[in-house]
Amino acid sequence: MKIEKPAQAGTLESNDIYVQLLPAEGEGIEIRLKSVVIKQFGNQIRKVAAQTLSEMGVTECLCLLDDKGALDYTIAARVESAVKRSLC
Amino acid sequence: MKNSLNREVPFNPYQGIRTLEPRTFEVTKNVISGNKYRESLAELIKELNIKDGDALSFHHHLRNGDYVLNMVMEEVAKLGVKNLKVIASSLFAIHKPLVELFESGIVTEVYAAYMTGPVAKAISEGKLKGMCMLHSHGYRATMIQTGEVTVDFAFIASPACSMSGNVSGSEGPSNCGVLGYAIADAQYAKKVIAVTDYIVEPKDVEIKAEWVDYVVKVDKIGDPKGIVSGTTQITRDPVGLKIAKMTLELMKGSGLLKDGFSFQTGAGGISLAVAKDVFEYCKKEQIKGSFASGGTTSYLVNMLEAGIFEFIYDVQCFELDAVASISRNKNHKKMSAAQYADIYNPDNIVNRLDFVILGATEMDTDFNVNVTTGTDGVIMGGSGGHSDTAAGAKMAIIVSKLVSSRISVLTDKVTTITTTGETVDALVTDRGIAIHPRHQALIDHLKATTKLPIVDIHDLYQMALKLTGIPKRVEHEQRVVALSQYRDGTLLDCVYQIKPE
Amino acid sequence: MLRRTSLFIPGNNPAMLLSANILGADSVIFDLEDAVALNQKDSARMLVKKAITTFDFIGIEVLVRINPVSSPFWKDDLREIIEAEPDGLVIPKATKEDVIAIEALIEELEEKYNVSKKVSFLLIAESAYGVEMIAETLGCSKRITGVLLGAEDLTADMEVVRRVDGEEIDYARKRVVMACKAFRVQAMDTPYTDVDNFDGLLADTEKAKALGYTAKAVINPRQIDYVHQVFAPTHDEIDYALAILQEKERAFTEGIGVFSYQGKMVDQPIILRAEKIVAMARKLGLIT
Repeated sequence: MKIEKPAQAGTLESNDIYVQLLPAEGEGIEIRLKSVVIKQFGNQIRKVAAQTLSEMGVTECLCLLDDKGALDYTIAARVESAVKRSLC
Repeated sequence: MKNSLNREVPFNPYQGIRTLEPRTFEVTKNVISGNKYRESLAELIKELNIKDGDALSFHHHLRNGDYVLNMVMEEVAKLGVKNLKVIASSLFAIHKPLVELFESGIVTEVYAAYMTGPVAKAISEGKLKGMCMLHSHGYRATMIQTGEVTVDFAFIASPACSMSGNVSGSEGPSNCGVLGYAIADAQYAKKVIAVTDYIVEPKDVEIKAEWVDYVVKVDKIGDPKGIVSGTTQITRDPVGLKIAKMTLELMKGSGLLKDGFSFQTGAGGISLAVAKDVFEYCKKEQIKGSFASGGTTSYLVNMLEAGIFEFIYDVQCFELDAVASISRNKNHKKMSAAQYADIYNPDNIVNRLDFVILGATEMDTDFNVNVTTGTDGVIMGGSGGHSDTAAGAKMAIIVSKLVSSRISVLTDKVTTITTTGETVDALVTDRGIAIHPRHQALIDHLKATTKLPIVDIHDLYQMALKLTGIPKRVEHEQRVVALSQYRDGTLLDCVYQIKPE
Repeated sequence: MLRRTSLFIPGNNPAMLLSANILGADSVIFDLEDAVALNQKDSARMLVKKAITTFDFIGIEVLVRINPVSSPFWKDDLREIIEAEPDGLVIPKATKEDVIAIEALIEELEEKYNVSKKVSFLLIAESAYGVEMIAETLGCSKRITGVLLGAEDLTADMEVVRRVDGEEIDYARKRVVMACKAFRVQAMDTPYTDVDNFDGLLADTEKAKALGYTAKAVINPRQIDYVHQVFAPTHDEIDYALAILQEKERAFTEGIGVFSYQGKMVDQPIILRAEKIVAMARKLGLIT
């Protein structure tokens, strides 16, 4: 399913991640990541975000992430929340 | 070549803790009194005949309020010399103008015990064409005294100075308390220049006129408000406060927290919370310690004035309260870096310490500690007194949150070894306390008599990984930009140039 | 499970969720109600649900304060949270009607998710009606394990000013604890909101303990140790209790039914109280 309506979830507080979902600019799922731990966990953050989007049936979107050291469960919760907000 | 900690170093590898034969050092410098006084720093610098490759030294007692290093280097840069060595006991954000001198090749080597801000970042980025030596506070005195490093010109920011060159740190508009890191420079540098903004015959002479070659007056040597630089606030974070409480319990359980105990703490938020808890405990139990040392803050001053300690031995003031205390408390004593931590001085202060409370950016399962670089490999500190106090104290306790913004303090291999695990005794985190296996009796005692969460450091590491996931090792360039040097002069580790963003 | 302190943790705050299991409270209350902005209720419940299943809460009771039945959020809160299997729910502004409605939905959800244990209820009595009707409310569900007195909302509802001496909530405090004792559930005292005043906190907690409260909610981790101090049996209380039980053993072996200790007759209620104190002291590691 494609994301049509923009939606956000999360905050810029430390240990949190700010998720912005927008309609895709190209094809498929594009993730753009900014993170305070990008060197150490960049790949892992993308993986969790992509996995969550895919589990929710999203096939096309632009996903902007501004991460302040969120653990995996927080990333999943915020992405899931953004998707649900986009769909309602 | 590999050293005994299995780290690659270019020469003089660390080979474990050595007991060195005590050495005393004789100060032979005796400047014939003459016309030392100069009114113009610019003119004096021209007069000094500074040559390519010379070593210039500075102390950092005015911390981030220091004007002298920048003023001097600005004039030196006009001379057309290059390949100079800057031997600064520490470098702060205010010393940003040095970066340009790295880029132009005027300064090609740096020695420091601690550095932060643009200078540190620039060195991590490879802008210094030569080597940066990151050593401990104690070793700075040692290397100057032994002659391993020769200081050609020592520029000593002098809060109070007589025309003949008697210098004190604890008087004048730029009062910074004590000049502990400048003493060795004054005694052994080929030429010593006292840079002052206050001509007076000082009451408490720390640097004698017979060591001083020139006295130059400037408008201001620095801003005392710059002394309070950042890390001297007790933490308000409930997790940090809990760690402090656990640390107090550990100290009590060690059996060393009794009459006559001695104590030092770093200036981090959690370390200061430990000091506060120790203060309240000693007040309640009427325990009277022998001395506190440092790196002094208002917290130590409060303890001295409440009678918890008989003496404070002070090598540097972190706060204006500490500066003021030196003038009003006769038991608040100044000490030099050599008296504090010179490895050849068996009576040094660090050897007399019962406890030291320290921080860490990283620690590994061998108890090695990194306070030199962040997990991203950028230089953000340096040993300062870390490796000295850990080596000397009976109990060196590292305090830290286990995980903060997804970064775990525990790692399998620290990015840079600043302090070897052979000198570290315990790690106290919010999720568990790891005590070095050499203290099995203490571990058993604490498990039997307290409810402290004593865990194996490997288990604590696994706990951290479970929360954060396994971090990718940050890549670096091949070039070595700095060397982490131990207090006996051997090399612990290399610091590598960071990859561009 | 031992419950002397319950620490409120804002549900939408990952930094605070991270330290929930190490601050030392006996139970944590992940708050989806007052600590969460109206437009973040949806995010908060997802975050709390995942937090419950991510962290270890061994020896710590996990509670979730859902939104009141009068709000549009409570059903979604339950639909999200029950699957995570918290130990209990904290029900704000609880009335008998609310509890019945909540329990009906929970029964459905617990079956749907095939949970391994039934979730318990901690009611908050924080309105005049809620306090007045407390006995009726306690009788309407077997899941209720306790009542928390919520003085801030209660005094707002009563349109009186909150005072340091607690005079205005005196009746409510006594009524709630009496009802709790009658129904054999725990009475938890209202949080002390002056977080830097530890003498005041101790006095307030002692007052509650004297009335029969056995726990106090806390809103700042620094309050935890002080409250635990109050709700721990004193050395004298423990020594006395141990002596009573020893006497009881001696009397039993000698075939004596009723005995006296230190000039006072020792009957069943005193023995039961002594057993409780010794059990608590063991749990707290005060005796072995």
